Amino acid sequence: MSAPLLEADGLVKHFVARRSVLGKATATVKAVDGVSFSLAAGETLALVGESGSGKSTVGRLVLRLIDPTEGAVRFEGRDIFSLRPRELREYRRRAQLVFQDPYGSLNPRMTVGDILTEPLQLHNVVPPRRRRERMYELLETVGLDPRFARRYPHEFSGGQRQRIAIARALAVEPRLIVCDEPVSALDVSIRSQVLNLLRDLQQRLGLAYIFISHDLSVVKYIATRVAVMYLGRIVETATTQDLFAGPRHPYTRALLSAVPVPAPRARRDRQILPGDVPSPITPPPGCHLHLRCPYAVERCKIERPLLAAQADGQVQDHTTACHRWQELPPAGTAVPAVVRSPELERLVAAFSGSGNGGGSSDVARVDADDPREAARPG
Amino acid sequence: MTAPLLTIEQLRVSFSGDDGRTTRAVDGVDLTLDRGRTLGLVGESGCGKSVTSLAVMGLLPKRTAQISGRVSLDGFELLDLPDRELRDLRGDRLAMIFQEPMTSLNPSYTIGEQIIETLVRHRGLSHAQARSRAIELLRRVHMPEPDKRVDEYPHKLSGGMRQRALIAIALACDPHLLIADEPTTALDVTIQAQILDLLRELKATGKSAIVLITHDLGVVAEICDEVAVMYAGEIVERAPVDLLFERPEHPYTVGLLASLPRLDRNAARLATIAGMVPDMAAPPVGCRFAARCPFAEEKCRAAPPPMAAVGEGRWSRCIRAPISRLVA
Repeated sequence: MSAPLLEADGLVKHFVARRSVLGKATATVKAVDGVSFSLAAGETLALVGESGSGKSTVGRLVLRLIDPTEGAVRFEGRDIFSLRPRELREYRRRAQLVFQDPYGSLNPRMTVGDILTEPLQLHNVVPPRRRRERMYELLETVGLDPRFARRYPHEFSGGQRQRIAIARALAVEPRLIVCDEPVSALDVSIRSQVLNLLRDLQQRLGLAYIFISHDLSVVKYIATRVAVMYLGRIVETATTQDLFAGPRHPYTRALLSAVPVPAPRARRDRQILPGDVPSPITPPPGCHLHLRCPYAVERCKIERPLLAAQADGQVQDHTTACHRWQELPPAGTAVPAVVRSPELERLVAAFSGSGNGGGSSDVARVDADDPREAARPG
Repeated sequence: MTAPLLTIEQLRVSFSGDDGRTTRAVDGVDLTLDRGRTLGLVGESGCGKSVTSLAVMGLLPKRTAQISGRVSLDGFELLDLPDRELRDLRGDRLAMIFQEPMTSLNPSYTIGEQIIETLVRHRGLSHAQARSRAIELLRRVHMPEPDKRVDEYPHKLSGGMRQRALIAIALACDPHLLIADEPTTALDVTIQAQILDLLRELKATGKSAIVLITHDLGVVAEICDEVAVMYAGEIVERAPVDLLFERPEHPYTVGLLASLPRLDRNAARLATIAGMVPDMAAPPVGCRFAARCPFAEEKCRAAPPPMAAVGEGRWSRCIRAPISRLVA
């Protein structure tokens, strides 16, 4: 294996939640609590977890939008937290971010053309006389009509806005894009267009993604590797294939078995975790999951389980932070197979054909107000 | 056969915008629902599913929304009912839970007070009776430590607990019809599983019919008996849940199923539905899905397709149905 593009090493981030009158911290949120991973060029690592798992905080640390309490992030072998301002600027060119909300992340007073030209100017990516041309290329790359350059963000649908946000990230020719829930705000049919686009761009440009998401079915489609997070810690990492075929950690299993599957009669071994995610201000000692875990024993309440590979060393890439994972019963059918009749498969295939998936299909006219907004009451 | 619990006939809702354009959010919806059944109302943003439910609840702003058609519940004509009588029905026979439990609970009253209010208003219970019934209701929705939580304010509760509290309020008077608008969308996956479990439990008691509004076909498959798929203000397909997933009879339903990433296998590429939802201020003459449909022909665009039966208990608004022959 070649040297990783990005390495996170023992990342810890505490936020002060409460201060005393004198300004002394009296409560801290341990948002990220010892997270390590590495990412190769051209790969997608998905960070999966529920609210409060720390997945977005990891994304912000990796981009140095915030500083860690402890730990390091190395990009191409260099620690990003010791970069000088000039080097940091250079790093900003290499690592970009796409947010969840395409409504809030684009400046409503700038035209799409200006939104895409600004990064070209700031980083002097191409000489001034070529900027316009480059801006048009960017629009085409993400499947938008170049004529859209003179329009404002509000004239676009959610999916198109997300394409603009992706084009803006691509403007500076990054090697890494952190995508924070990039499709969560989109409708299913639009979501698949954006996911296809992200995958195409990766293949074409050799991008690496950190894909932050709570949606396992999306992760399954987009990721090469998955890290499952719970309350600031990674509880399991594996290749996407291994994780979905053989989830080991009780939390991963519960997460998988909780995803609603579009198959009414599918038999599955459901595992519903009781209770809520504990407060990250006062996380339980030992394994963070022990209060909700059906397999917890005395040891789980005291000792923090570390990410460990399989004992016989067969699958080195699959690590699990659970004291008991080797003794647990088989996961059963957490994810039932969805059986479709040959006719239905053919009907479904009709939507994959007809130039639908090319990404350029979304080059839509924006001749009227977006009906999506108009139909929404109040 | 007894009359259905809920009958909706030719429901139309349109909104006039500031620019003088009229958007037809719901455009001729017909629906019936029998007692104790669970109906999934599925569709993407702007399809009119929420507006339909708000019209049933009588919660649309009268000044901007023009409503026509007929909505009948238990023999009450809801659209003609004076506000005062509608208020008697709401919270009693007719209850609703919303997506955002934080904004639908009143932040300045305890959970208990909000349940008690309903019971005193509709059932005329004394405060003490209502309080013990409130605790019982919280226990029924599996709120942890119900006798303590009853005096808690909404901000002290987690998202899942708030949704439980909201469901407890909705269930206070054993409604005949419960409308749940994306009840699990704002929740985390493991909490969603808990709430779906609770809804399944409610369903099993058979007391209330449920209309579950959602964009998530997975959720529909989990708990609904029947499904109505909406697109651009119209119902385009109606089927028992098994058949809808086995043999969808409208191309839009197929497109939705096709766009879902699969958990159980690796896909080379996701299918997509090309194009965009039509502008509902000026919808096309013919089939509203035709522009995005891989099976559309000239006659699809010529005239609005009627909702037609395609076999036992199911309807499709596609003139080419049964569509399986199109790929034979």
